Parts: sequence; structure tokens; C-alpha cells
Amino acid sequence: MTLFIEQCLNGLQFGLLLFLLAAGLTLVFGIMDLVNLAHGSLYMLGAYFAATFAAWTGSFLLGAVLALVATLIVGMVLEVVAMRRLYGRDHLDHVLGTFGLILFFDEGVRLIWGPGGLSLPVPSWLNRSIEILPGIQYSAYRFAIIVVTLAVAAFLYILVMRTRIGMLIRAGASNREMVGALGVNIKLLYTLVFGLGAALAGLAGLMQAPILTVQIGMGENIVILAFVITVIGGIGSIRGALVAALLVGFIDTLGRAFFPQILVELLGRQAGSTAAPALSSMLIYILMAVILVVKPQGLFSANSR
Amino acid sequence: MRSALTLRNIVTAALVIGLVLLPLYVALTGDRFVLILFTRIVILAMAAVSLNLILGYAGMMSFGHAAFLGLGGYTTAILSFEGVHSGFLQWPAAIAVSALFALAVGALSLRTRGVYFIMITLAFAQMAYYMASGMARYGGDDGLSLESRSTFAGLLNLSNKTTFYYVCLALLLGTILLVWRLTNSRFGMVLQGVRSNESRMSAIGYPTFRYKLTAFVIAGTLCGLAGALIANHTDFVSPSMMFWTRSGDLIVMVVLGGMGTLFGPVFGALALLFLEQFLPTLINMAVRPFNPAGAAKAGEYWQLVLGPLLLFIVLFARGGIDGLLKKLGGKHSSHE
Repeated sequence: MTLFIEQCLNGLQFGLLLFLLAAGLTLVFGIMDLVNLAHGSLYMLGAYFAATFAAWTGSFLLGAVLALVATLIVGMVLEVVAMRRLYGRDHLDHVLGTFGLILFFDEGVRLIWGPGGLSLPVPSWLNRSIEILPGIQYSAYRFAIIVVTLAVAAFLYILVMRTRIGMLIRAGASNREMVGALGVNIKLLYTLVFGLGAALAGLAGLMQAPILTVQIGMGENIVILAFVITVIGGIGSIRGALVAALLVGFIDTLGRAFFPQILVELLGRQAGSTAAPALSSMLIYILMAVILVVKPQGLFSANSR
Repeated sequence: MRSALTLRNIVTAALVIGLVLLPLYVALTGDRFVLILFTRIVILAMAAVSLNLILGYAGMMSFGHAAFLGLGGYTTAILSFEGVHSGFLQWPAAIAVSALFALAVGALSLRTRGVYFIMITLAFAQMAYYMASGMARYGGDDGLSLESRSTFAGLLNLSNKTTFYYVCLALLLGTILLVWRLTNSRFGMVLQGVRSNESRMSAIGYPTFRYKLTAFVIAGTLCGLAGALIANHTDFVSPSMMFWTRSGDLIVMVVLGGMGTLFGPVFGALALLFLEQFLPTLINMAVRPFNPAGAAKAGEYWQLVLGPLLLFIVLFARGGIDGLLKKLGGKHSSHE
């Protein structure tokens, strides 16, 4: 039972982290209609920046803040230099152009930081376990991730639903020409939204950095998960992204933890233990395929909302 | 009027003749490396041509085409591992497995469109990827080596590099011929109609879903055969040949060469693999005059150039190499 609760918390933590990535992706997707495969590169950059800045300043928090600012800047520069030219084009162009950007960022990181990868230690004040429920210990760092991501999710909700900028973002999503015609600087708005998405990806990367190693290509697997989430949730819907991210986080974590045992029970030891690793990695893709077959527009598609 | 002697046709003919005569050059110079490189180019060109059938002609943006390469390759390797070495069994099995997979994936994926289609094909490819990594008996993540190349009852010896090259080239040309016949048939016309306006096609009364599914299965099957070839070429299969970046490479080849053109994907495969092979040397040469010490090191970072180059092609040269040849040829003839 303790294990189950712990795995549930891990699922929650992973899901919320994926939400940070997927939220940026779905914003850019929904508003600029841009498929950005290079989103994973921004996640990677966040982690590299944080590892570097934390080593320079000697403080995890200061390093994290500097890394956030740095990814925000990289994102905005990227938007102005490259992404802006891709708006309004075919999705194929987006896929191809941002695929090129992945190569560029991977190689650039290798040039600057070398091929070896970095590590970012968990700050000492979080490197312990806390008792979150009577009798249940949980890693303080992972718990901190849950708290931070929940705060960011709340911030995003308020930003998008309750502020003037959010109003413009939502308006831009439904009719960009009209917003532009009403005198809003749509170019600046897009740059800001892209920068926000980049910063969210960077935040996800830097928070995940102490749990995994910081290495080249770390964004390539997780960006696909983020896409799966955006698509399951329905493109452009932040609420959908949150629901889908939690769903994927839970299914992936719990699937890896308990699915092998279930398979062994069902299929017998031999067949079960052979099929388990493959099947538990495939679970979320199966989930996505099923959801898209039943609801081809995702769970919370912008049209049916 | 249109003459047959355009720049584009001349270059295409030169390419085909060059490919056919390549082993002669290799025999004269003894440069085995070129033969190995070109065998790979020819096989990947075949995969790219098959992708072009759905991506270029029918406008179906499949982002999981590398799965078929992997499936064909794995079917061959697994049969070889289990003691079946005959190509007469291995290759039809590779074709059948990829056809079945394409049928299942296509039937489910084609219910969606746009970005959702991109992502669902990607998801199925990822499933195949994880399936391969999970097969502990067949090497899991580490992949599986082939004990020997496919045998054809003494008729063909695929271990002979020249023979194998010609088998691959013949299959590539056969694939191109098939795609050419298909796209000029009524079936191909319907597909191209679907690309420009699907709702209109279905309003006229075409069952567009069935047409698209058929094209998807044909493309997957051809790519599966290319997979059987690539397993024979490298004597090795691994899950990484199905990773999503490999599907991205195939799309790059198609777009780089020219979407919806017959020989475009061949040019694209040639160009991409040439860039991979020779860009390091080129960078090395370009940097040498400025910084002799760092030149060799700079060459290692060739993807730093390739990435922005792809973006540049997307932004400014949409027609790809084929479009470029057409444009250059057009300019040339107008001056005459």
C-alpha cells in the first residue's frame, strides 16, 4: 500500500511535469498553429543552463532563476529569427524546419558543453524525505516539484483566463486577423507566447535535471510524450493538456510499476515477464491510439468545448 | 512545347545511368566504400520513394514510416535467427508483416486528419519501437545480428557486394516504375485529387478512405521490402532504426528531393546521405584557412550546418532539388 501511494505520487509528479511541457506546446499549437518539434530542445537547454548556472553561483535557486530567464530569451530570439517565418505554412514545413532546429540545438549543446552530459545535484535542503501522510515518507525534492508545478498551473490559469494578456491570447487563438485589425501588436504577442512556452519547457527541464542526467537528446523522448498529451487533450486546450498530462503520468508510472506483475499473473511467469517491458512502454501510445480512434479531435477539442 | 530534353530529364537520366554503371567505377578504382555507401543510398531512396507515394502524391503526412523499415528488417532478422535463411521465405514474410501492420495502422489512423494524423502515425511507430526493444529473445535494445544474408537457392549470392547492389537497384527502379504507373492511373488521379481537396472528391462519390488506405498499405509494403534489404545490408537490426528521428530523416529526403515528383526522393536520399558523409570534410576545408588547428574538430559539428540548412530549404526552396532543376532548366530554355 505504501508503495502504491508512493507510485501514485510519482505519477502525479511526472504528469505535472509533462503538463509544463505540454502547456507550452499546446499554447503555441493553438495560437500560432505551429508544430514545434524543437520544444524538447528548449527542455534540454533549460536543464543545461540550470546545471551551468547552479555550478557558477553555487545556489540551486539562483541557477534555476537564471536558467529560466535564459530559456525565455532563447525562446524569444528563436521565435524572431526562425519560427515567425513558419507561421501560416503547411504542417509539413513545421515538422521539417523544427526537425532541423533539433539537429542544430543538439550539436550546439555538444559544441558548448561537450558530449559527456552534466549533473545537477539536488539542493541539500531538499535532499531528504518528508512525512507527507502519517507513516508515508516521500522525497522532498519530488514533493517540491509537485508544489511548483501546481503553482505554475494556477498561474497559467489566472494568466490566460483572468488577465488582459490572457484575453488577447485567447482572442488570438480564435481569430488572429481580427485581433491584429483591432490594433493589437500580434507579432509581439506571438513572441511573448513563444517565450512563455520556452520558459515552461525550460522549467520542466531544470526540475527534471536532478532526477535524470542532463544529456544531449534528453528532450527527444519526452517531447513525443508532450505531443501525445497535446493530442489526447485536444490541440489548444490547456485544460485538456492538464487532464491528459495527469492521465499519461499516472498510466506511465503505474504501468511500469505494476503492469508487469499483472501480466505475470495473467499470462504466467514466462510469457508475462517477456511481454511486460514492451507492453508497459507502449501503454500510453495505445491509450492515445484508442482515444484518437474514438474521438479524432482529442478529449477537449477547441471546437466542441 | 515541352521537349523531352529538359535539364531535369537529362540530370535524371544521368543519375540512373550513373547508378547502373557505378559498380564499373568501383571495379576500376577498387573503392569498395563507395559501393557500400551507394547501396545504402539506393535502399533508403526506395523507402523515400514509398513514403513519397502517400506524402507527396496523396498528401498524407505520415510521421511513422521508419516503422516499416524496422518491421521488414526485424522479420528478416528474426527468421534468420530462427534458422530460416531462404530469401524466398524471408522477403515475402517481411512484405506480409509490413502490409498487415500498414493495414491496421492505416485503418485506425486515417480516421483522423491534419496534425492528429501526424501524431497517431508517430504513436504507432513508437509502439513498434518499444515492441522491438522489449523482445528480449531477439536482443532487445541491443539489436540483433544476422548470421548470414538471405539465400536464394544458389541463384543469387547477396554476400557479393556487387550482386547485392544490383538487387537493390533493380528493386528501387521497380518501385519507381510501380509508383509511376500508379500515379498515372485512375487510382493515382483520385489520390492526387484527395490531396488537393478531399471533401470535393468524396462529394463526387469517391470512397476516399478506401483509396487512401490502399495507398497507405502499398507504401508500407514497399518500405517493408526496403527494410528487408537494409537488414541484409548492415547484417544487423536494432530498435533505433524505428526511432522517430529516423522517420524524420525519410521525410527530409522526400522534401529535400521534391515532394510528389517521381525521382525527387532519390535525389533527396542521395543529397542527405552525401551531406552526412561529406559535410564534415567540407566544413573542415572551409575552416582550415582561418583556424588550422580547429579545422578537424569543426568538421565533427556538421549537424550545426545541416539543421539550419533544412530550415532554409523549407523556407526558401520548397520544390526541393527537383523543383530547382525544373526552374534552372526553365530559365535556360527561355534564354535560347
